[in-house]
Amino acid sequence: MERVAVIGSSMTQFGQRDEWVLELLSEAGLACLDDAGVDAADVKHLYVSNMASGEFEGQTGIMNALAQDIDATPAYTQRVDQTSSSGGAGIYAAWQSVASGASEMTLLVGGEKMTHRTTGEATDVIASLTHPVEYKHGVTLPSFAGLTARHYLDRFDAPRESLGKVAVKNHKNGVDNPHAQFRKEVDLETVLESPIVADPLRLYDFCPITDGSAALLLCPESVAQEYTDEYAVITGIDGATDTHVVHEREDPTVMGGVVESGEGAYEMSGREPDDIDVAELHDMFTILEFLQMEGLGFAEQGEAWELVEEGETERDGELPINTSGGLKSKGHPLGASGVAQGVEIYEQLVGEAGPRQVEADVGLCCNVGGFGNCVITTIMEAAQ
Amino acid sequence: MTMDAYRYEDGTISYPGHPRGPDGAEPVETIDLSEFTAEVVTWTTSTATPPGVREPNHLAIVEFTIEGESVRAIGQVTTGEIEVGDEVRPVYVDELREPGAGIREPASQEWDGYRFEPV
Repeated sequence: MERVAVIGSSMTQFGQRDEWVLELLSEAGLACLDDAGVDAADVKHLYVSNMASGEFEGQTGIMNALAQDIDATPAYTQRVDQTSSSGGAGIYAAWQSVASGASEMTLLVGGEKMTHRTTGEATDVIASLTHPVEYKHGVTLPSFAGLTARHYLDRFDAPRESLGKVAVKNHKNGVDNPHAQFRKEVDLETVLESPIVADPLRLYDFCPITDGSAALLLCPESVAQEYTDEYAVITGIDGATDTHVVHEREDPTVMGGVVESGEGAYEMSGREPDDIDVAELHDMFTILEFLQMEGLGFAEQGEAWELVEEGETERDGELPINTSGGLKSKGHPLGASGVAQGVEIYEQLVGEAGPRQVEADVGLCCNVGGFGNCVITTIMEAAQ
Repeated sequence: MTMDAYRYEDGTISYPGHPRGPDGAEPVETIDLSEFTAEVVTWTTSTATPPGVREPNHLAIVEFTIEGESVRAIGQVTTGEIEVGDEVRPVYVDELREPGAGIREPASQEWDGYRFEPV
């Protein structure tokens, strides 16, 4: 099986945008083709990662509309919905389309338009993924984070400040990302004194509601070499699920989908946690960065907070995490987020991350759907 | 109204019930958890609540022990004055959130249920 390469990327400005979802998707899709120097007519498969354009905007059929808007017809199209991990699932679908030999050029575009809704409405659209026994109690994704954070802090005797330091770090990284929603540093005091959203977590422990789109272009490595010497290769990728009903998990601090998908991606790539030079983790809530660090083997259970305290996950640390600013400061346009994680890792590997650049040959991204209900882990490497 | 958990043929219990339990085990009986007390595993108070949900919304994950077998549930709590380890009992509420105020089709699920009240 020929290796699958990534030869182009793009990302729109994330934040509060005037454009609607189709316009955002077109902007990212066209920019990605332009970045790679590939004609839309050469796109064989077009995947669109999106969680809820029907619910947010009353707009369905967005994959076909996008194909026409960017002049990619008659490319095969498919919308990929895996809630918050739709972007990662899109990478998996795009990888499968190339690895199987079905497509020699696959464009993946993720996007979501959310900010025209109130915070309560957007929260409800996202919470609609919950089981009926959760939904009728008004359980939201942020409330899962509060429940889990309290348990984690109590059980592992971790200081509340360590969660705040995740937010401080990711905001600091986001300052250097021109596409990030928030390009502003925050100090620990501001985080810890911000309004409570889901006790013990506060406003700055949560990502914002965001509009935006991101794209990646995938093809067989032999095709990539016709276009460029600077490309990345997806060497490991896997997806997995955990219980859909969150309280049924044996250990509330373990996300089985992270563990399983991570193990699958490591096995496929022949890599180990120590081989990873840079990682993008799904910091929809600060506590999720700890749970993914532990689930992916970067830290022992209950010890991720210590690495954060020691600065190991800073941009100049041993394992830089969320150099893009993460969902926390970059923003979280649901279907775009997993694709944008891939964009950051790709740019780090090909040396296009500008002021955010770190030394990296191997990168990992972990995209979490629901509250760990479904997870995609991808390992990308610089072309050798 | 009952708070039905399923016991599976391997002895495990889940709330809610599923057509298949661990290792494909089939359900063999229902257990009404509302007849038991539970212990608070963790809790939160949510202040950013969706349409039709009370604000603030006190929530907890609690653990029942039924004949030596543990089963957890999530639900609203009657008060914010709660601690991990507290003993709680389910108390019936005829409408936990306003049906139709949120995105979910009102007829697609039940809206009554049980809040947890400290004993």
